[in-house]
Amino acid sequence: MKRVVITGAGIYSCIGKNLSEVLESLKTGKSGIGIDPLRIPYGYRSPLTGIVEHPQLKGLLDRRMRIGLAEEGEYAFMATSEAFKNAKIDSDYLENNEIGIFYGNDSSAKAVIDTHGIITEKRDTQLVGSGAIFQSMNSTVTMNLSTIFKLKGVNMTISAACASGSHAIGLGLLFIRNGLQNMVVCGGAQETNYLSMGSFDGISAFSTRIEEPTKASRPFDISRDGLVPSGGAATLILEEYEHAVKRGATILAEVAGYGFSSNGGNISQPSDIGSIISMQRSLEDSHLKIADIDYINAHATSTPQGDAFEAKALDQLFGNVHTPISSTKSMTGHECWMAGASEIVYSLLMMQHNFIAPNINFETPDEFSKNLNIITQPIEKKLNIILSNSFGFGGTNSALIIKKL
Amino acid sequence: MTREEIISTVNNFLIEEIEIEETKIKDEALLKEDLGIDSLDFVDIVVIVEQHFGFKIKPEEMSNVKTLSQFYDYIQKKIQ
Repeated sequence: MKRVVITGAGIYSCIGKNLSEVLESLKTGKSGIGIDPLRIPYGYRSPLTGIVEHPQLKGLLDRRMRIGLAEEGEYAFMATSEAFKNAKIDSDYLENNEIGIFYGNDSSAKAVIDTHGIITEKRDTQLVGSGAIFQSMNSTVTMNLSTIFKLKGVNMTISAACASGSHAIGLGLLFIRNGLQNMVVCGGAQETNYLSMGSFDGISAFSTRIEEPTKASRPFDISRDGLVPSGGAATLILEEYEHAVKRGATILAEVAGYGFSSNGGNISQPSDIGSIISMQRSLEDSHLKIADIDYINAHATSTPQGDAFEAKALDQLFGNVHTPISSTKSMTGHECWMAGASEIVYSLLMMQHNFIAPNINFETPDEFSKNLNIITQPIEKKLNIILSNSFGFGGTNSALIIKKL
Repeated sequence: MTREEIISTVNNFLIEEIEIEETKIKDEALLKEDLGIDSLDFVDIVVIVEQHFGFKIKPEEMSNVKTLSQFYDYIQKKIQ
């Protein structure tokens, strides 16, 4: 079996538009949550969202490349550009080598709704323009990035709800480990527009702590009242270890293990058992023990049910060793399809800079979180091994372990 | 709309929206070969023409439209 390492990372999120901005936010516990005024007249229960600045791509990409990109694709382009730069991969390398892509994405709602609006008004499909189809498909991110960056290896989108980005990394790991690819772009992207989250708001999943937006996302806290939707994109360059060494790449971490499971139960309700199976599998896959984990980046989204199930699972597995835990969603909100990838980027930054980012807004534990070692303030700590959890609707679970080399 | 206004509107959207280099915009320029307009660009030109001139280009009417000058002629004829 081949070893798999991370040689590049890029991020575009509500807590920063690149690695250095995000690092600063993680170190200081800065929230990226605010109000989207468009959501109120549209009928949302909650206008809270991660505030992500739209990138200006004119001048960076030609028209043909730009018009196929939906919002989440624009974010993914920014994150992937940074990741390639970080990995010292230039256009010559991209032209002459085979690189794959697995990217998590599970909607492109605005593009579909905008197209529907034009056809309804004009009663003529030709008047939607040429970019609509390439923006509307679920694989919009991978079809665009593979074209822009001239990728010639495996090429597909992973749709697995809020675990999409994590599974994308897991699949990249498996492809490289089994010798099918030497390098794979892995990541996750998430649109943040008001059209994309109405149905999610409709099941009362979102926090309504509107008076205090930066306090609304409060994973594990007793007064949590729902998640805050957010988005952006995160990219990691996964590479076969020997290939990376030969290329002279800087190795940021090893992807040591991937665990997955499906709850086989309720469509929206999480499961402590399913979570435990995915975490145990990731530990077995990486040949590590529970006590080896230095920090857990929890999935915890700030929903009453979800956090309780994860807290139960974490307590059962890690309760005896008091592993430090935080949910960076307390700052970012729930980055959904992107979260599994962005939280590996956040974890990687903590590993590189020897600190744990806080679970902000954790003030009072509940009966489940009281047993956990939840980190509420940024602390300095050397981190060699990190576990990151991602769970999604339909009971899809993914756990990844990264290790310092 | 005068022919000058048609020319100005078309040239402007070819430069600004289709992002064709201004130096390539000449009466005798061939739409495909010289300006590089491909089938997907043409889909967007149909949308832009509908927005600016209020009619929809029918592809079958474009079979003899090869140059930019012929394109101006086509639009002028359609809106008169």
